[in-house]
Formats: sequence, structure tokens, C-alpha cells
Amino acid sequence: MNLHEYQARDILRKHGIPMPEGAVARTPAEVKAIAQKLGGTVVIKAQVHAGGRGKAGGVKLAKTPAEAELLASKILGMQIKGLTVEKVLVVPAADIASESYVGFIVDRATQRPVLMVSAAGGVDIEEVAAKTPEKIHRLAVDPRYGLLPHQAQGLAFHLYQDVAQVRQAADLMRRLYEVMYAVGASLAEINPLVTTPEGQVQALDAKIVVDDNELDRHPEIAALRDASSEAPSEVQAREAGLTFIKLDGSVGCCVNGAGLAMATMDLVKYYGGEPANFLDIGGSSNPQKVVNALKIITADRSVKAILFNIFGGITRCDDVANGIVQATSAFPLKVPMVIRLTGTNEKEAMEILKKAGYSAGTDMDDAVKAAVAQAKGRAA
Amino acid sequence: MSVFINKDTRLLVQGITGRDGSFHTRQMIAYGTQVVAGVTPGKGGQRFEEKVPVFNTVAEAVLAAKPNVSVIYVPAALAASAVFEAADAGIPLIVCITEGLPVLDMTKVMPYIRERGIRLIGPNCPGLISPGQSKVGIIPGNICTPGKIGVVSRSGTLTYEIIHQLTGNGYGQSSCVGIGGDPIIGTNFIDCLQAFEADPATDAIVMIGEIGGTDEQQAADFVKAKMRKPVVGFIAGQTAPPGRRMGHAGAIISGASGTAADKMKALADAGISVMKRPADVVPLLKERM
Repeated sequence: MNLHEYQARDILRKHGIPMPEGAVARTPAEVKAIAQKLGGTVVIKAQVHAGGRGKAGGVKLAKTPAEAELLASKILGMQIKGLTVEKVLVVPAADIASESYVGFIVDRATQRPVLMVSAAGGVDIEEVAAKTPEKIHRLAVDPRYGLLPHQAQGLAFHLYQDVAQVRQAADLMRRLYEVMYAVGASLAEINPLVTTPEGQVQALDAKIVVDDNELDRHPEIAALRDASSEAPSEVQAREAGLTFIKLDGSVGCCVNGAGLAMATMDLVKYYGGEPANFLDIGGSSNPQKVVNALKIITADRSVKAILFNIFGGITRCDDVANGIVQATSAFPLKVPMVIRLTGTNEKEAMEILKKAGYSAGTDMDDAVKAAVAQAKGRAA
Repeated sequence: MSVFINKDTRLLVQGITGRDGSFHTRQMIAYGTQVVAGVTPGKGGQRFEEKVPVFNTVAEAVLAAKPNVSVIYVPAALAASAVFEAADAGIPLIVCITEGLPVLDMTKVMPYIRERGIRLIGPNCPGLISPGQSKVGIIPGNICTPGKIGVVSRSGTLTYEIIHQLTGNGYGQSSCVGIGGDPIIGTNFIDCLQAFEADPATDAIVMIGEIGGTDEQQAADFVKAKMRKPVVGFIAGQTAPPGRRMGHAGAIISGASGTAADKMKALADAGISVMKRPADVVPLLKERM
């Protein structure tokens, strides 16, 4: 789960990381009031889960409270990469002497949290990593001991020469490490980390991605989820216990298991079609899940054919068949459906479907070919 | 022969009285696995299905029943603790089926098991099976048959699909290992490839990878440098959009890294026969054997 910048800022400030004051607003009038309180020039930043906010016109500088109000009225409600801006962050415009990067990720290869720092901050760190990897310094932290003071200091010397700044940056890195474990983050980064003309080290922008598996034990973080920044169908799916990702194609896929779901999408493409979604109904045997899945898939108007691909293991084919029958009797389908079922209780499933007037096959390739053809037939 | 488990495997089930644990324990016993003990705190002294003794702690179970493998079916919030407990009791092979372990928990689990020389398989995996000998986890026994193909995979049902193709075409399996779909896992492709290469009962290996990370690329380097047995590979997620977690916590393309195209190229460059779809597995094995 991605946190908004203003949410990440709050967390960092609570952990004692120095950041300029600021506040979040939903209306131009609130923006004006915040700008008045802060005094001087302010920056207004759109709060959406999309990169490239600046380029899209979602970040503006305002010299007076009146100008802040006017600019906020333009940013609030604008669309950035399909997402509507509902909130803006207002912060004082900072004088910046230098910009660097500090971030933690959970690294798959070392199986540890890795601290990355770079004196080339303020820009996309992935670009720095691709073009000038020598400008990034890394350290895999041993989680048994945490980030040790000398390790943080050693990395901070890659950013600053002034020892007072080195000490400030090292302290900040150790606090950022604490933040990671405190909120269950898979990524926590400060970009840019700046120095002010007075020599103070400050975090200007923050990004935190929380591991979805941590949300159960961090209800206060789970409560920060902003459903308005996600596709409504994905919110609906999550609430129904399904994993769903909307794509642009016309073959709606309903599969058990993530790997098989991906392989099914790939096979749709292999036979000349385009998948409309990734959908994993999971390993449980619950007909209601199938009903919910069909509701979500059929709500997408670009779906021209529905493909079921079920390999029964823990998932019982008869449960899936019952779910299909329940769902289609409650909401008659407007598009053709191709069903492939094999494995646990396959025979029972075939009987259930036959009684309801559906036919089903046992071969994955045959089913995908048929679904692709059906989707094209309707599109043509 | 086989890898990691065989007919002599003595299994402990952590979470034996839970919903998933009890269901799959019955399946494992029915398959012929020697389930020698179970653990559920507070239910020590009971017997599961009037047969398998249940203990309060892994340490007690180890003393009384001498298991050499443990399988974990406890809820995600308790799963890391269950791995620590099994490791502390000195069980040399721990298989964690549980899905949804926080990745930061795994950063603490891994050094703990490494310094004790213990092997962890998973988490978030279907476990493993040596057909005709022993099954630890949730892979349906009826789709497998004894034979000479080793299977290693990051997935669950996709693995069953491919095993089903193998069995249906007369290619039995020596062992099938599901290593799990999380970003940090205890046993990776290389560990399994190495074990299959050394196993006299395995003639060829099928590896099933997916988007996310670079484990498959490293496995490809290993195949090229160290392996003599033929390897056939598949990568799921050719149509996955970047930046989205495709069900498995580890199945995500980050930036330009972890794409299916990269992995398929690495596999092909290492001399691995790359399937375009699951149904290619048998024709490619025929070519290579």
C-alpha cells in the first residue's frame, strides 16, 4: 500500500526526522489559510499516487496567500494520470543549498533491508541507478543489530563533508530505519534530503510503501488507505477477498492461483487475444467468491468473453461450478463464457454445469482458444 | 531417491488442529507420509485422529517423536514465530505453507536459520512431494506419479497444471518442490537445481519461474556453469503490467527489473529450453532427453 506524501511526512516527523512544517488541505480557502499561517512563499503539491506530479502541473509555487488560493483552485480537481486530485499539501518554499537521496528498500538478493544514499538527489533515483550506478552507495543492514552508528556515519560521509551535517544525516538515517520496522514498510525514502543555507539537514519529500502483509498488525496504518486513489473494481475485489488487477483487453479471466492466473493471461495473448484482468479467486472453496468475481468481471464493459480456468487442488471444482450457477442465475450474462475445470471433484462440477445448461472442458489451451475467438466474434 | 524428503521422512505438523492443518494432515497421512507428531499450544496430550500425538511445544515433540521435518500451517501473524521455534528445536528442514508473512519478519528469520544450518522451504508455498514416498504440504498427491523428472516452482496451481501434463504423458516425477511466491524465501531455484543435479533418481528438471526479482537469472547462470542434466523452463507473467503485485507478494516488475522477457532470455542464453506455454513442457522434454 502506498502512503501519500503528507501521510509519510507525518510519520517521519513523529520519529523526529526534521522536515519543514506544512499542512494538508481539501479546498482553496484552506490552502489560503495555511499559506497565511506559514507566511512567505509556499509550495502547493497535489497528493495523488502518481509519479511526475510536477510535470503534470500538480506542483506550484505561490508568493502570496491570494496566489496560493488561486493556484489551489486549479490543482484541486485536476486529473493526473487518471487520478483526481482531492488533497494538496502546502509547505513553505525552502532555500536549498544541496539535494541528496536517502532510502531503504527490502532487498530480495541479500534478504535484508538495504540503505541507499546518493549525493545526486532530487531526481528519479532509478534513473541515477541506471545511468550512473557509481553515484549510489549501498549497505545491507543486519536486522539483528539494526543500522549501527558507524555504518550510518560512513554513508553520510558520501553526502557531506561538514561533520555536523554528517552527524545530522546519520541520525536521520537511523530514525528512517526505525520508521521502516515501526510501520512495516517495504520502502521508505527521502528524496530530496536537502541542506538549508544555514547548514541544517532536512527532509523535503518522503515516500513510504507499506507491505500489505503488515496491515493486520498496524491498523493505524491500514486506516490511512485512500480508496479514492484506486480503481473502484479493485477496491471491491479487495473487500471480497479477491486479488484483481484491471487490464485493457477483452477476455475476462477468472482463475485459481496467482501463477496459473498469470499463465492464463499469457496464453490469451499467445492465441491472439488480450486479457481484461488478472483475477485470483484464491485457494479456498467458497462459491460466494466466484459470485463476487463474476460481478466484478461483468461490470467491465470492455469484457467480450469470460474465461474460467480452474485447476482443482484445495479449490474444489464443484464449489466453483456452484458459484457459476448461482451468479449467472442472479445476474444473467450478456457475454459468452468458456469454462475449463479439472482436478478435485471435476465430475461433480461437470454434472452441476450440465444441469444448468453450461458445458465445460478440461484442456487449458482449448478453453483459451475458444474464449479468444468468442471475444473477437463479438468485437467484430 | 529424491530430494529433501523420502520414505524415511518423519514429519511434525505445526498447527495440526487448525482448519488448514487438520485437513492437510489427513491428506498427507492418506498419501503415506509418516506424520509422527503435531503441535498446537494448549492441546498437548491430545491425539489427532486418535493416532498422532499432539504437543504444546516443538521442543517436547522433538524429544518424544524425533521428527526430521516440520511443516507449518499456522496463521500469518504467528508463522515467523513458528519457524523460530522449529529452528530452535533443531529441526533440519522446515516447510512453511502459510501465506502473508510480513517480509520484514523474514529479514529476521533468515539469519536465524542460516547460522543454524537449517533449510527453510517457503513461506507462501505449496510444499513438496516425492511421489510414492512422502508428501509435505498441499500438492495434490493424485496428480503426481513416481518417475525421473524434478520439478521446482515459485507457484502453486500452475505447478499442478504442469505436473498434470507430465503425468498424463508418462513423465513421472522424482520430487516436486514449491519454493514459494514471496520476495524473501528460504530455498531458491539454485538450491533445488543443485539438489536435483546431485540426485541419481532425477534425469531432467522443469523450473517454473515468474516475474519479479532476479532469482531465475541467477539460476540460469548456475545451470550454465554447473549443470549437466537438461533443464526446461517456464516464466509466468509475460502480460503482467509493471509496478503491480500479481497475487504473489514477490511477483512484481519494479522499474525495468524482473520482467518475463529478461528472464526468458537469461534462461535461453544458459541453454535452458524455454516453454512459451505450459503445454510445451512435454515436447521440450522429449527433445532434451
